[in-house]
Amino acid sequence: MKQKTYVSGYFNDDKDLIVAIKKLQEKEVVIADVRTPFPVHGLDTVLKLRRSRLPKAGFVAGSIGLIAGFGFQAWVFTEGWPLNFGGKPFMSIPSFIPVTFEVTVLFAALALVFGFLLGSGLGPGAPTEIFDEEVSNDRFQILLTANATKKESSQQLLKEVGALGVKIHEPKS
Amino acid sequence: MVIGAILAAIGIIFNLDHSHRIWANVLLNGFFFTAIALGAVFFVVVHVLGESGWHTAIQRIPEAMGQFIPFGGIILLIVALLGMHDIYHWSHTEHLDKILEGKKAYLNPIFFIVRTVVYLVVWTLLMWKLRQLSLASDRSDDLKLFSRSRIWAAIFIVIFAVTSSTSAWDWIMSIDAHWFSTLFGWYIFSGFFVSSVAIIIVLLFVLRRMGYMEQVNDEHLHDLGKYLFGFSIFWAYLWVSQYLLIWYSNIPEETVYFVKRQEDFSIIFFMNVVINFGAPLLMLMSRGSKRRLTWLLVTSVVVFIGHWIDLYVAIMPGVIGEPHFGVLEVGMTLLCLGFFLFIFFRSFAKAPVVPENHPYFKESFEYDNIR
Repeated sequence: MKQKTYVSGYFNDDKDLIVAIKKLQEKEVVIADVRTPFPVHGLDTVLKLRRSRLPKAGFVAGSIGLIAGFGFQAWVFTEGWPLNFGGKPFMSIPSFIPVTFEVTVLFAALALVFGFLLGSGLGPGAPTEIFDEEVSNDRFQILLTANATKKESSQQLLKEVGALGVKIHEPKS
Repeated sequence: MVIGAILAAIGIIFNLDHSHRIWANVLLNGFFFTAIALGAVFFVVVHVLGESGWHTAIQRIPEAMGQFIPFGGIILLIVALLGMHDIYHWSHTEHLDKILEGKKAYLNPIFFIVRTVVYLVVWTLLMWKLRQLSLASDRSDDLKLFSRSRIWAAIFIVIFAVTSSTSAWDWIMSIDAHWFSTLFGWYIFSGFFVSSVAIIIVLLFVLRRMGYMEQVNDEHLHDLGKYLFGFSIFWAYLWVSQYLLIWYSNIPEETVYFVKRQEDFSIIFFMNVVINFGAPLLMLMSRGSKRRLTWLLVTSVVVFIGHWIDLYVAIMPGVIGEPHFGVLEVGMTLLCLGFFLFIFFRSFAKAPVVPENHPYFKESFEYDNIR
């Protein structure tokens, strides 16, 4: 993301954004990125993005959590430090259920959160390129890559599909 | 047609078995299908009160299911009037022990019958009123009908909140009259509500096959699947809450209920949890699984059978000592199922398939579940 020059066009409405993307796709223009202030319905489908693998990772992590949570309790209360709780057997499965459930959820949640941050290149200290601060307010942005020679036509393209404003972003170096 | 075929099966078995087993089955199935009908009314009511729009596409299915309440009610009334002595220990008023003596003010035959009648009459009246308003809104553009249905929905839900619990205590919990659980009412409710959702899905499948309901799209299926998934987990949560607390405190007065089930009904008892929790949890976890009608159908059938088993575990140990399962159970279930379906299709045919005049009807086809 750091080396290339980008051309961005912004819109004020998510419906205009989708229309513009479709027009660009008709012209077979490769879209580098789309930035929106909130999740836009239908954006994933129109950009034909592949389904995230995050849920599968979450399931696997949750299953590990299930075994880990239950197994740990089973070890602690039979081998590690068995204690007599009201005469219950040491391996008392019903009493292990709440903690097992919580550990399952914990592992799944942590995997999902960190998986998300890693997968999308975000998180504390991650390098980000902010092209237009208004995207976090009320603007929807399409980014196109621009080689030095193609700069003009990218700008024109974006204006043609209805962008309200176009900017060129040179790399920081 | 369906009933006729099954009646024959029943006729054969009836002669051979002990009367309390027969009555227990009548109670089980009578309650199950009445509760499913009631859960269907609750489904519509909840969506009306929540100002939801998507449910209008499928609204006529639960509405027609609700029409079974008076008919199932008659079955339950027959159980109350004729089968009481076979099922409920407290009905033998001549020799009550100290505990049953203490509960006599509530658990006595006359009050029991009065309560049964009140539940059924009130539920039927409310169901009729809501149905009336829904059908009237087809023929008129008067939005006052819509606001009146909200008012009646609110009345229904308050009455339902109380009577769903008290009816569960009366008809099911009082079988084990020496025991009680404060969670029981909602535990039974969660079981029959998820069964209602399962039956809505099954009926949707059947109606699709018949050529109706083509407008119902994947988004509606997704939402129904979410309900099936979520409320199965809710049921499991209540099951665990009830079980864990009784297990932990280990008070004999309370544990007697589960000891009976874990020792004499052990396989069915644990199967109950696996089928009603494990199966829907794993089968409906992925997004795609909730959008495929055939998979939803399979899961719904599993859930339906599972909650029948749940009621079996709740009712049978108190009435008959050991698990018996045979032609009587199958036959009685099919009979009541056939009766339910007969009433459903008759009621469904009496109304337009979709409430096109409903103010939120268009909205039902313009939403999607985010990817």
